[in-house]
Amino acid sequence: MRFLSLFFNLLEPFFRLGQRWLGLSRLGWLFVAPNLIVFGLFTFLPILINLVYATTGGVKLFPLERPFTGAENFQILFECGNYLDLSTCRKDVFWRAIGNTLKFSVIQVVLMVLLSLVTALVLNRKIIGRGFWRGVFFYPVLLSPVVVALIWKWLLQSQGVFNAALVAADRAPVEWLTDAGWAFFWTVFVSIWAHMGFYTLILLAGLQAIPRDLYEAAQMDRAGPWRTLTRITLPLLMPNLIVVLVLAAIRAVQVFDEVFVLTGGGPGSATTFIVQFIYQTGFAEQIHLYGLAAAASLALAAFLIVLTLAQLRLTRASDAGQKAR
Amino acid sequence: MKVLEFLLRTRGRQRLHWTDVLTYAYLTLGLFMMFAPVLWLVASSFKTEAAIGQFPPTFMPYSQRSVAVPGHEQPLPLFLVTLDSGQQREMAQVRRIGIMATMVDPANPQDTVQVNIKQRKPVNELKFAWSNYSDLFRKFTFGTYLWNSVFITVVATLITLLFNSMAAFALSKYNFKGQKSVFLLIIATLMIPPTIILVPVFLVINQVGLLNNLWGVILPAVATPTGVFLLRQYMLTIPDELIEAARMDHASEWRIYWRIVLPLSAPALAVLAIFSVMWRWNDFLLPLIVLSKSEHFTLQLALNSFQGELNTQWNYLLAMTVITLLPVTLVFAFLQRYITTGIASAGVK
Repeated sequence: MRFLSLFFNLLEPFFRLGQRWLGLSRLGWLFVAPNLIVFGLFTFLPILINLVYATTGGVKLFPLERPFTGAENFQILFECGNYLDLSTCRKDVFWRAIGNTLKFSVIQVVLMVLLSLVTALVLNRKIIGRGFWRGVFFYPVLLSPVVVALIWKWLLQSQGVFNAALVAADRAPVEWLTDAGWAFFWTVFVSIWAHMGFYTLILLAGLQAIPRDLYEAAQMDRAGPWRTLTRITLPLLMPNLIVVLVLAAIRAVQVFDEVFVLTGGGPGSATTFIVQFIYQTGFAEQIHLYGLAAAASLALAAFLIVLTLAQLRLTRASDAGQKAR
Repeated sequence: MKVLEFLLRTRGRQRLHWTDVLTYAYLTLGLFMMFAPVLWLVASSFKTEAAIGQFPPTFMPYSQRSVAVPGHEQPLPLFLVTLDSGQQREMAQVRRIGIMATMVDPANPQDTVQVNIKQRKPVNELKFAWSNYSDLFRKFTFGTYLWNSVFITVVATLITLLFNSMAAFALSKYNFKGQKSVFLLIIATLMIPPTIILVPVFLVINQVGLLNNLWGVILPAVATPTGVFLLRQYMLTIPDELIEAARMDHASEWRIYWRIVLPLSAPALAVLAIFSVMWRWNDFLLPLIVLSKSEHFTLQLALNSFQGELNTQWNYLLAMTVITLLPVTLVFAFLQRYITTGIASAGVK
């Protein structure tokens, strides 16, 4: 405590000086300055530089040393001999990563939102120890992606508990993480396991905000549970559902850490997603192709913007719908 | 209202409706799904190297008992042998050739028998291999990784609290030109995921000379839009009269900030601190590109690189994973309420 007040006291003269120079009306700038500097340096400036990288080639890191190549990076990424056959593309891994990411996002988001909804509905019932049960589903959210991946890698390894169960049931063991289909399945499963609790929590907050008397009125009118769910709960939960849906989609498109540790993107490129492609092109491979990585991240950014706009549209539509109702 | 009370009362008296049974079944299944994998990991982390390689695996860390037999330098593994006569005896295995094993009675080293390996079963005992944990510190530079992680987490959280609370103070308690734009600008960065500016962030970190430096991981993310937003919303609820009164007493603005506004924002600061600790402790992508030398590795990076290298040494990898998830689990156990309400209100992770 003493150390803390010493620290703040030491900064006092500096801010007194600032107060005298700037006056009370502009002192606010001094207080937001540290934040703005960090944002400027590590967020806004990088957005601009990203454009420079995307339009220049070579392997130099410093932007001014890089030759301007215009749209060449995008050409490399997107050009295909025959768009029906991915192996004719110049960067077929990129296309595979896009395909994987789309497939992953659609499956994962739909399943996760459904599961979160069911879990939130269950948690919203009259149950003993709701706080405890809520925590149960939330716990994996706090675990680091690396830890999550290692927990499941240990269960799924060829000598792991899943194969032991198969052998005990007289079935042949399966190489869960080196079989393309199973590896993809487990990336979806593990990411749902790890993140479901977060969305459950948001939906539960939404459910608890629905006025009780609506349900009481429904009960008076002898509405069955199904009717109550479809006519009261779901319509009123719609704004939260949209938020959850879009948030989950934005996260799913950027999936990286867990999968990277769990499968390494393999087998082959079966679980290589777009962020891993960016990471590998820019940092992990022998020649660091910063330009290509930046171009790919701009493509990702464009996609995320579309998702965000979709969210705004949907929220507005659902708000309007609420008012109309 | 009377009808309603009546309905509720009968509903309450009913012992267990079938939907309640279903509810608790679902919750129990959830409990199993969420915790069983973690428990399996924790139990496995106490297995000896030999026990870890056993198939089928057991939940508890059983490992085979071994006995010292006169005439043999190494202790021999103990088996329960079913002899041809149907008699069962505990015997130690001297050697095994193909499907035949030579067994010896530990009490009587002259007494050896040849048996088919199907006739013997290992004798197991519960044995916690604490050495998995202690070896981490002796054999690997695990202490360094732990220190790096702790350093980054603590320092980054302190700076985050300071910077974000300063910005939040300005944005909630002052009226200056451009205030709205600053707030919008900060909130807008919520929309920019770190993954899409990976390359230029790497450049900036490189240009300011922080590559392979713990500060290169700390600084880029200390200005969190979430934190500013959370604190600003909270500080808006602090009455301005308090600040006016302090100004009357000629307190400087800086003093008002740290003697009045900061202490009053303690609940919001606590929530942000918990978040920040989680973010930093679990951070992966940024450290992955910034820290490439192993002496700077955080726990997450060390785990990632070990799982590639130590493929055969699962016992160490598991112990390391347990140590990594331990702080988060403790934080969760004690502060669950704050975390869940914080997330529910801010809608951020």
